[in-house]
Amino acid sequence: MIRYIYGQDLHTRPALRDAMFRDRAAQFVGRLGWDLPLTAEGLEIDQYDALNPLYVIWETPKGGHGGSMRLLPTTGRTMVIDHFLHLTDGVRIESPLIWECTRFCLSEGAHPGVAAGLMLAGGEVMRGFGVEHFVGVFDARMVRIYRRIGASPEVLGTSGSGRAQVSVGLWDFTVEAQARVAASAGIAPETSRRWFETAFGTAPQSCVAAA
Amino acid sequence: MGYISSVASIERILNGLESADAHDDLQAFSERLCTDLGISHVVYHWVSGSGDQYGCGTYPASWVARYVEKGYLRVDPVVQGCYQRFHPVNWKQLDWSSRAARAFLADAVAHGVGNQGFSIPIRGPNGQFALFTINHSCDDNHWEMFTTESRRDLILLAHFFNDKALQLQPGRKPRDATPLSPREVDALTFLAVGYNRAQVADALSISEHTLRVYIESARHKLGAMNTTHAVAKALQRGIIVV
Repeated sequence: MIRYIYGQDLHTRPALRDAMFRDRAAQFVGRLGWDLPLTAEGLEIDQYDALNPLYVIWETPKGGHGGSMRLLPTTGRTMVIDHFLHLTDGVRIESPLIWECTRFCLSEGAHPGVAAGLMLAGGEVMRGFGVEHFVGVFDARMVRIYRRIGASPEVLGTSGSGRAQVSVGLWDFTVEAQARVAASAGIAPETSRRWFETAFGTAPQSCVAAA
Repeated sequence: MGYISSVASIERILNGLESADAHDDLQAFSERLCTDLGISHVVYHWVSGSGDQYGCGTYPASWVARYVEKGYLRVDPVVQGCYQRFHPVNWKQLDWSSRAARAFLADAVAHGVGNQGFSIPIRGPNGQFALFTINHSCDDNHWEMFTTESRRDLILLAHFFNDKALQLQPGRKPRDATPLSPREVDALTFLAVGYNRAQVADALSISEHTLRVYIESARHKLGAMNTTHAVAKALQRGIIVV
Protein backbone atom coordinates (compact mmCIF):
# COMPACT_ATOMS: atom_id res chain seq x y z
CA MET A 1 0.00 0.00 0.00
CA ILE A 2 0.96 3.63 -0.38
CA ARG A 3 2.16 5.48 2.71
CA TYR A 4 2.34 9.27 2.87
CA ILE A 5 4.85 10.28 5.55
CA TYR A 6 6.34 13.68 6.35
CA GLY A 7 10.06 13.72 7.15
CA GLN A 8 9.31 14.68 10.75
CA ASP A 9 7.29 11.45 11.13
CA LEU A 10 9.71 9.03 9.43
CA HIS A 11 11.06 8.02 12.84
CA THR A 12 7.78 6.23 13.47
CA ARG A 13 8.74 3.77 10.68
CA PRO A 14 12.51 3.33 11.11
CA ALA A 15 12.82 0.11 9.08
CA LEU A 16 10.82 1.51 6.17
CA ARG A 17 12.79 4.79 6.36
CA ASP A 18 16.18 3.07 6.26
CA ALA A 19 15.05 0.74 3.47
CA MET A 20 14.03 3.77 1.40
CA PHE A 21 17.36 5.55 1.86
CA ARG A 22 19.22 2.27 1.18
CA ASP A 23 17.26 1.66 -2.02
CA ARG A 24 18.00 5.22 -3.10
CA ALA A 25 21.70 4.47 -2.62
CA ALA A 26 21.30 1.28 -4.67
CA GLN A 27 19.51 3.08 -7.51
CA PHE A 28 21.33 6.39 -7.77
CA VAL A 29 24.84 5.40 -6.66
CA GLY A 30 24.88 1.66 -7.30
CA ARG A 31 23.03 1.32 -10.60
CA LEU A 32 23.34 4.84 -12.06
CA GLY A 33 26.80 5.60 -10.67
CA TRP A 34 25.93 9.14 -9.55
CA ASP A 35 28.45 10.84 -7.32
CA LEU A 36 26.29 11.23 -4.22
CA PRO A 37 27.50 11.05 -0.63
CA LEU A 38 26.32 8.10 1.46
CA THR A 39 26.11 7.89 5.22
CA ALA A 40 28.34 5.44 7.11
CA GLU A 41 25.37 3.07 7.08
CA GLY A 42 25.19 3.26 3.28
CA LEU A 43 22.09 5.46 3.13
CA GLU A 44 21.62 8.12 0.46
CA ILE A 45 20.37 11.19 2.32
CA ASP A 46 20.79 14.71 0.94
CA GLN A 47 20.20 18.28 2.08
CA TYR A 48 16.60 18.29 0.81
CA ASP A 49 15.71 15.41 3.11
CA ALA A 50 16.45 17.83 5.94
CA LEU A 51 13.63 20.13 4.75
CA ASN A 52 10.84 17.91 6.11
CA PRO A 53 9.51 16.78 2.74
CA LEU A 54 6.43 14.65 2.19
CA TYR A 55 7.49 11.14 1.19
CA VAL A 56 5.22 8.93 -0.85
CA ILE A 57 6.28 5.35 -0.21
CA TRP A 58 5.11 2.03 -1.62
CA GLU A 59 5.14 -0.36 1.31
CA THR A 60 5.25 -4.01 0.29
CA PRO A 61 2.93 -6.53 2.00
CA LYS A 62 5.88 -7.59 4.17
CA GLY A 63 6.53 -4.03 5.30
CA GLY A 64 9.45 -3.41 2.95
CA HIS A 65 10.22 -0.51 0.63
CA GLY A 66 8.95 -1.02 -2.93
CA GLY A 67 9.59 2.48 -4.18
CA SER A 68 9.19 6.11 -3.21
CA MET A 69 9.33 9.74 -4.18
CA ARG A 70 9.92 12.98 -2.33
CA LEU A 71 7.68 16.05 -2.52
CA LEU A 72 8.53 19.63 -1.52
CA PRO A 73 6.74 22.95 -2.05
CA THR A 74 8.46 25.13 -4.66
CA THR A 75 7.96 28.19 -2.46
CA GLY A 76 10.93 26.93 -0.43
CA ARG A 77 14.33 25.61 -1.50
CA THR A 78 14.19 23.10 -4.30
CA MET A 79 16.65 20.95 -6.20
CA VAL A 80 15.31 22.18 -9.54
CA ILE A 81 16.09 25.82 -8.75
CA ASP A 82 19.38 25.11 -6.94
CA HIS A 83 20.85 22.77 -9.54
CA PHE A 84 18.85 22.60 -12.77
CA LEU A 85 17.96 26.20 -13.65
CA HIS A 86 19.73 25.66 -16.98
CA LEU A 87 17.16 22.98 -17.83
CA THR A 88 14.14 25.23 -17.18
CA ASP A 89 15.11 28.06 -19.55
CA GLY A 90 16.37 29.99 -16.53
CA VAL A 91 12.84 30.17 -15.11
CA ARG A 92 12.76 29.81 -11.33
CA ILE A 93 9.71 27.57 -11.02
CA GLU A 94 8.02 28.61 -7.80
CA SER A 95 4.38 28.74 -6.78
CA PRO A 96 2.19 27.35 -3.98
CA LEU A 97 0.37 25.48 -6.77
CA ILE A 98 3.52 23.67 -7.99
CA TRP A 99 5.33 21.04 -5.94
CA GLU A 100 8.68 19.45 -6.67
CA CYS A 101 9.00 15.68 -7.04
CA THR A 102 12.52 14.22 -6.74
CA ARG A 103 14.36 11.01 -5.88
CA PHE A 104 11.78 8.83 -7.63
CA CYS A 105 13.17 5.44 -6.73
CA LEU A 106 12.19 1.81 -7.27
CA SER A 107 13.63 -1.03 -5.22
CA GLU A 108 15.51 -3.64 -7.19
CA GLY A 109 12.99 -6.18 -8.44
CA ALA A 110 9.99 -3.98 -7.62
CA HIS A 111 6.95 -5.35 -9.42
CA PRO A 112 5.73 -3.34 -12.41
CA GLY A 113 2.77 -1.86 -10.57
CA VAL A 114 4.91 0.03 -8.05
CA ALA A 115 5.89 2.94 -10.31
CA ALA A 116 2.28 3.29 -11.47
CA GLY A 117 1.09 3.13 -7.85
CA LEU A 118 3.41 5.99 -6.92
CA MET A 119 2.21 8.09 -9.85
CA LEU A 120 -1.37 7.33 -8.86
CA ALA A 121 -0.53 8.62 -5.40
CA GLY A 122 0.94 11.75 -6.99
CA GLY A 123 -2.45 12.27 -8.61
CA GLU A 124 -4.15 11.94 -5.22
CA VAL A 125 -1.86 14.65 -3.84
CA MET A 126 -2.70 16.98 -6.72
CA ARG A 127 -6.43 16.42 -6.42
CA GLY A 128 -6.47 16.46 -2.63
CA PHE A 129 -4.23 19.47 -2.02
CA GLY A 130 -4.96 21.73 -4.99
CA VAL A 131 -1.54 21.17 -6.57
CA GLU A 132 -1.74 21.99 -10.29
CA HIS A 133 1.69 20.81 -11.43
CA PHE A 134 4.63 18.74 -10.29
CA VAL A 135 8.08 19.65 -11.49
CA GLY A 136 10.32 16.63 -11.27
CA VAL A 137 13.93 15.55 -11.62
CA PHE A 138 14.40 12.04 -12.97
CA ASP A 139 16.90 9.72 -14.63
CA ALA A 140 16.76 8.31 -18.16
CA ARG A 141 15.31 4.96 -17.18
CA MET A 142 12.33 6.69 -15.58
CA VAL A 143 11.41 8.36 -18.88
CA ARG A 144 10.66 4.91 -20.31
CA ILE A 145 8.87 3.78 -17.18
CA TYR A 146 6.67 6.88 -17.04
CA ARG A 147 5.76 6.36 -20.71
CA ARG A 148 4.91 2.70 -20.11
CA ILE A 149 2.53 3.49 -17.25
CA GLY A 150 0.81 6.27 -19.19
CA ALA A 151 2.16 9.20 -17.16
CA SER A 152 4.79 10.77 -19.37
CA PRO A 153 6.04 14.11 -18.12
CA GLU A 154 6.57 17.07 -20.36
CA VAL A 155 10.38 17.10 -20.49
CA LEU A 156 11.71 20.66 -20.08
CA GLY A 157 15.35 19.82 -20.48
CA THR A 158 17.92 17.06 -20.22
CA SER A 159 21.60 17.10 -19.37
CA GLY A 160 24.26 14.41 -19.41
CA SER A 161 24.03 11.14 -21.25
CA GLY A 162 23.84 7.45 -20.54
CA ARG A 163 23.54 6.59 -16.89
CA ALA A 164 24.33 10.18 -15.93
CA GLN A 165 21.39 11.57 -17.89
CA VAL A 166 19.09 13.75 -15.81
CA SER A 167 15.89 15.40 -16.96
CA VAL A 168 13.54 17.98 -15.54
CA GLY A 169 9.88 17.56 -16.45
CA LEU A 170 6.35 18.59 -15.62
CA TRP A 171 3.19 16.70 -14.80
CA ASP A 172 -0.28 18.08 -14.48
CA PHE A 173 -3.43 16.29 -13.38
CA THR A 174 -5.91 14.97 -15.87
CA VAL A 175 -8.70 12.53 -15.15
CA GLU A 176 -7.72 10.56 -18.26
CA ALA A 177 -4.09 10.17 -17.21
CA GLN A 178 -5.19 9.18 -13.71
CA ALA A 179 -7.46 6.46 -15.17
CA ARG A 180 -4.62 5.17 -17.39
CA VAL A 181 -2.22 5.03 -14.46
CA ALA A 182 -4.79 3.32 -12.23
CA ALA A 183 -5.30 0.63 -14.87
CA SER A 184 -1.56 0.27 -15.28
CA ALA A 185 -1.09 -0.03 -11.51
CA GLY A 186 -3.91 -2.56 -11.21
CA ILE A 187 -5.24 -0.50 -8.30
CA ALA A 188 -8.87 0.53 -8.05
CA PRO A 189 -9.29 4.32 -7.76
CA GLU A 190 -11.28 3.78 -4.52
CA THR A 191 -8.34 1.88 -3.03
CA SER A 192 -5.92 4.64 -3.94
CA ARG A 193 -8.31 7.20 -2.43
CA ARG A 194 -8.60 5.15 0.75
CA TRP A 195 -4.81 5.06 1.21
CA PHE A 196 -4.70 8.83 0.82
CA GLU A 197 -7.48 9.27 3.37
CA THR A 198 -5.75 6.90 5.77
CA ALA A 199 -2.87 9.36 5.85
CA PHE A 200 -4.70 12.68 5.71
CA GLY A 201 -8.19 12.03 7.04
CA THR A 202 -11.51 11.99 5.29
CA ALA A 203 -13.16 15.19 4.15
CA PRO A 204 -16.94 15.09 4.13
CA GLN A 205 -18.29 14.36 0.66
CA SER A 206 -20.16 17.35 -0.63
CA CYS A 207 -23.37 16.24 -2.27
CA VAL A 208 -24.00 18.81 -4.95
CA ALA A 209 -27.15 17.02 -6.06
CA ALA A 210 -28.68 17.43 -2.63
CA ALA A 211 -27.85 21.11 -2.37
CA MET B 1 -20.80 32.52 2.25
CA GLY B 2 -20.06 32.49 -1.42
CA TYR B 3 -17.29 31.70 -3.81
CA ILE B 4 -14.57 34.31 -3.80
CA SER B 5 -14.91 35.24 -7.43
CA SER B 6 -18.62 35.87 -7.07
CA VAL B 7 -18.53 37.60 -3.71
CA ALA B 8 -16.00 40.31 -4.24
CA SER B 9 -13.38 41.15 -6.76
CA ILE B 10 -10.36 39.16 -5.76
CA GLU B 11 -8.18 41.96 -7.09
CA ARG B 12 -9.88 44.42 -4.79
CA ILE B 13 -9.19 42.07 -1.88
CA LEU B 14 -5.55 41.87 -2.88
CA ASN B 15 -5.21 45.60 -3.34
CA GLY B 16 -6.39 45.99 0.23
CA LEU B 17 -3.63 43.63 1.29
CA GLU B 18 -0.97 45.37 -0.79
CA SER B 19 -1.68 48.78 0.66
CA ALA B 20 -1.17 47.49 4.21
CA ASP B 21 1.92 49.13 5.69
CA ALA B 22 1.67 48.13 9.33
CA HIS B 23 0.62 45.07 11.26
CA ASP B 24 -2.51 46.96 12.38
CA ASP B 25 -3.51 47.10 8.74
CA LEU B 26 -3.35 43.32 8.55
CA GLN B 27 -5.83 43.17 11.41
CA ALA B 28 -8.18 45.51 9.56
CA PHE B 29 -7.66 43.49 6.39
CA SER B 30 -8.60 40.27 8.22
CA GLU B 31 -11.85 41.87 9.36
CA ARG B 32 -12.72 43.06 5.86
CA LEU B 33 -11.84 39.66 4.44
CA CYS B 34 -14.48 38.00 6.64
CA THR B 35 -17.10 40.33 5.20
CA ASP B 36 -15.86 39.81 1.64
CA LEU B 37 -15.86 36.02 1.98
CA GLY B 38 -19.06 35.95 4.03
CA ILE B 39 -17.45 33.87 6.76
CA SER B 40 -17.15 34.22 10.54
CA HIS B 41 -13.39 34.39 11.11
CA VAL B 42 -9.96 34.78 9.55
CA VAL B 43 -6.97 33.92 11.70
CA TYR B 44 -3.28 34.16 10.91
CA HIS B 45 -0.47 33.00 13.16
CA TRP B 46 3.25 32.70 12.65
CA VAL B 47 6.23 31.33 14.50
CA SER B 48 9.67 32.48 13.36
CA GLY B 49 12.71 30.24 13.20
CA SER B 50 13.86 31.73 16.51
CA GLY B 51 10.47 31.16 18.17
CA ASP B 52 9.04 34.69 18.00
CA GLN B 53 5.31 34.71 17.44
CA TYR B 54 2.90 37.03 15.75
CA GLY B 55 -0.79 36.71 15.11
CA CYS B 56 -3.84 38.59 14.04
CA GLY B 57 -7.39 37.74 13.23
CA THR B 58 -10.98 38.06 14.21
CA TYR B 59 -11.41 35.51 17.01
CA PRO B 60 -12.98 37.12 20.10
CA ALA B 61 -10.37 38.37 22.60
CA SER B 62 -12.05 36.22 25.26
CA TRP B 63 -11.30 33.08 23.20
CA VAL B 64 -7.68 34.06 22.59
CA ALA B 65 -7.21 34.61 26.33
CA ARG B 66 -8.95 31.34 27.12
CA TYR B 67 -6.77 29.48 24.60
CA VAL B 68 -3.59 30.73 26.24
CA GLU B 69 -4.88 30.22 29.79
CA LYS B 70 -5.89 26.60 29.13
CA GLY B 71 -2.72 25.80 27.20
CA TYR B 72 -4.83 24.62 24.25
CA LEU B 73 -1.81 24.75 21.95
CA ARG B 74 -1.02 21.24 23.20
CA VAL B 75 -4.44 19.75 22.40
CA ASP B 76 -5.55 21.80 19.38
CA PRO B 77 -5.86 19.24 16.53
CA VAL B 78 -5.38 22.04 13.97
CA VAL B 79 -1.95 22.84 15.37
CA GLN B 80 -1.08 19.16 15.77
CA GLY B 81 -2.19 18.40 12.21
CA CYS B 82 -0.67 21.38 10.43
CA TYR B 83 2.53 22.37 12.24
CA GLN B 84 5.57 22.19 9.93
CA ARG B 85 3.51 20.56 7.17
CA PHE B 86 2.53 22.12 3.85
CA HIS B 87 -0.81 20.71 2.72
CA PRO B 88 -4.15 22.51 3.24
CA VAL B 89 -6.58 20.91 5.65
CA ASN B 90 -10.33 20.91 6.11
CA TRP B 91 -10.70 20.63 9.90
CA LYS B 92 -13.05 17.69 9.46
CA GLN B 93 -10.06 15.67 8.20
CA LEU B 94 -8.27 16.10 11.52
CA ASP B 95 -8.43 13.72 14.45
CA TRP B 96 -11.01 15.05 16.92
CA SER B 97 -11.58 11.65 18.51
CA SER B 98 -9.92 12.30 21.87
CA ARG B 99 -11.99 13.59 24.74
CA ALA B 100 -9.63 16.57 25.12
CA ALA B 101 -10.04 17.54 21.47
CA ARG B 102 -13.83 17.32 21.64
CA ALA B 103 -13.92 19.40 24.82
CA PHE B 104 -11.62 21.94 23.16
CA LEU B 105 -13.93 22.30 20.15
CA ALA B 106 -17.00 22.64 22.38
CA ASP B 107 -15.25 25.36 24.36
CA ALA B 108 -14.20 27.13 21.14
CA VAL B 109 -17.74 27.11 19.79
CA ALA B 110 -19.05 28.39 23.15
CA HIS B 111 -16.64 31.33 22.72
CA GLY B 112 -17.92 32.24 19.27
CA VAL B 113 -15.60 30.18 17.06
CA GLY B 114 -17.30 28.41 14.15
CA ASN B 115 -17.47 24.62 13.92
CA GLN B 116 -15.88 24.55 10.45
CA GLY B 117 -12.35 25.48 9.49
CA PHE B 118 -9.90 25.35 6.63
CA SER B 119 -6.22 25.88 7.42
CA ILE B 120 -3.31 26.47 5.09
CA PRO B 121 0.18 25.89 6.51
CA ILE B 122 2.97 27.95 4.98
CA ARG B 123 6.72 27.53 5.24
CA GLY B 124 8.47 30.85 4.90
CA PRO B 125 12.17 31.73 4.82
CA ASN B 126 14.63 30.86 7.61
CA GLY B 127 12.42 28.41 9.43
CA GLN B 128 9.39 30.69 9.59
CA PHE B 129 6.13 28.80 9.80
CA ALA B 130 2.66 30.30 9.45
CA LEU B 131 -0.90 29.07 9.53
CA PHE B 132 -3.71 30.89 7.73
CA THR B 133 -7.19 29.78 8.73
CA ILE B 134 -10.72 30.61 7.72
CA ASN B 135 -13.50 29.62 10.10
CA HIS B 136 -17.28 29.52 9.87
CA SER B 137 -20.48 28.00 11.26
CA CYS B 138 -22.35 25.88 8.77
CA ASP B 139 -22.96 22.26 7.83
CA ASP B 140 -20.29 19.95 6.46
CA ASN B 141 -21.70 19.90 2.97
CA HIS B 142 -21.68 23.66 2.46
CA TRP B 143 -18.23 24.00 3.95
CA GLU B 144 -16.75 21.29 1.76
CA MET B 145 -18.31 22.86 -1.32
CA PHE B 146 -17.10 26.35 -0.41
CA THR B 147 -13.53 25.31 0.40
CA THR B 148 -13.27 23.07 -2.65
CA GLU B 149 -14.53 25.75 -5.01
CA SER B 150 -12.42 28.50 -3.43
CA ARG B 151 -9.35 26.41 -2.62
CA ARG B 152 -7.05 27.87 -5.24
CA ASP B 153 -7.87 31.46 -4.26
CA LEU B 154 -7.55 30.65 -0.56
CA ILE B 155 -4.10 29.08 -1.01
CA LEU B 156 -2.88 32.11 -2.96
CA LEU B 157 -4.43 34.52 -0.46
CA ALA B 158 -2.74 32.70 2.43
CA HIS B 159 0.67 33.03 0.77
CA PHE B 160 0.16 36.72 -0.09
CA PHE B 161 -0.91 37.36 3.48
CA ASN B 162 2.24 35.68 4.77
CA ASP B 163 4.48 37.59 2.36
CA LYS B 164 2.92 40.82 3.55
CA ALA B 165 3.32 39.91 7.21
CA LEU B 166 7.00 39.11 6.57
CA GLN B 167 7.54 42.43 4.81
CA LEU B 168 6.02 44.30 7.73
CA GLN B 169 8.09 42.51 10.36
CA PRO B 170 9.89 45.23 12.37
CA GLY B 171 13.57 45.54 11.59
CA ARG B 172 13.26 43.42 8.50
CA LYS B 173 14.80 44.64 5.30
CA PRO B 174 12.32 44.53 2.45
CA ARG B 175 13.06 41.45 0.42
CA ASP B 176 13.73 42.12 -3.23
CA ALA B 177 11.07 40.45 -5.30
CA THR B 178 12.48 37.60 -7.35
CA PRO B 179 13.13 39.06 -10.81
CA LEU B 180 11.40 37.44 -13.75
CA SER B 181 13.56 35.49 -16.16
CA PRO B 182 13.66 36.59 -19.84
CA ARG B 183 11.34 33.70 -20.76
CA GLU B 184 8.70 34.80 -18.26
CA VAL B 185 8.97 38.38 -19.49
CA ASP B 186 8.56 37.18 -23.09
CA ALA B 187 5.51 35.10 -22.21
CA LEU B 188 3.79 38.00 -20.43
CA THR B 189 4.70 40.39 -23.23
CA PHE B 190 3.06 38.21 -25.86
CA LEU B 191 -0.03 37.84 -23.68
CA ALA B 192 -0.15 41.61 -23.18
CA VAL B 193 -0.28 42.23 -26.93
CA GLY B 194 -3.18 39.84 -27.30
CA TYR B 195 -1.67 36.49 -28.28
CA ASN B 196 -3.58 33.49 -26.99
CA ARG B 197 -1.75 30.72 -25.14
CA ALA B 198 -1.32 28.52 -28.18
CA GLN B 199 0.22 31.42 -30.11
CA VAL B 200 2.53 32.35 -27.23
CA ALA B 201 3.67 28.74 -26.84
CA ASP B 202 4.31 28.61 -30.57
CA ALA B 203 6.23 31.89 -30.56
CA LEU B 204 8.43 30.69 -27.68
CA SER B 205 8.78 27.16 -29.13
CA ILE B 206 7.53 25.54 -25.94
CA SER B 207 4.48 23.42 -25.19
CA GLU B 208 1.34 24.93 -23.73
CA HIS B 209 1.92 22.93 -20.55
CA THR B 210 5.39 24.43 -20.14
CA LEU B 211 3.94 27.87 -20.86
CA ARG B 212 1.31 27.38 -18.14
CA VAL B 213 4.06 26.62 -15.62
CA TYR B 214 6.15 29.63 -16.69
CA ILE B 215 3.11 31.92 -16.43
CA GLU B 216 2.23 30.40 -13.05
CA SER B 217 5.76 31.10 -11.79
CA ALA B 218 5.56 34.68 -13.07
CA ARG B 219 2.14 35.13 -11.48
CA HIS B 220 3.53 34.01 -8.14
CA LYS B 221 6.52 36.35 -8.30
CA LEU B 222 4.32 39.30 -9.24
CA GLY B 223 1.89 38.62 -6.39
CA ALA B 224 -1.03 38.38 -8.82
CA MET B 225 -4.18 36.28 -8.51
CA ASN B 226 -4.44 35.22 -12.14
CA THR B 227 -2.84 35.69 -15.55
CA THR B 228 -4.72 38.88 -16.44
CA HIS B 229 -3.74 40.39 -13.13
CA ALA B 230 -0.12 39.31 -13.63
CA VAL B 231 0.05 41.00 -17.04
CA ALA B 232 -1.48 44.16 -15.59
CA LYS B 233 1.05 44.24 -12.75
CA ALA B 234 3.98 43.60 -15.04
CA LEU B 235 2.87 46.50 -17.25
CA GLN B 236 2.29 48.75 -14.27
CA ARG B 237 5.79 48.06 -12.91
CA GLY B 238 7.41 48.50 -16.27
CA ILE B 239 8.66 44.91 -16.30
CA ILE B 240 7.11 44.48 -19.71
CA VAL B 241 6.68 47.17 -22.31
CA VAL B 242 4.32 46.92 -25.25
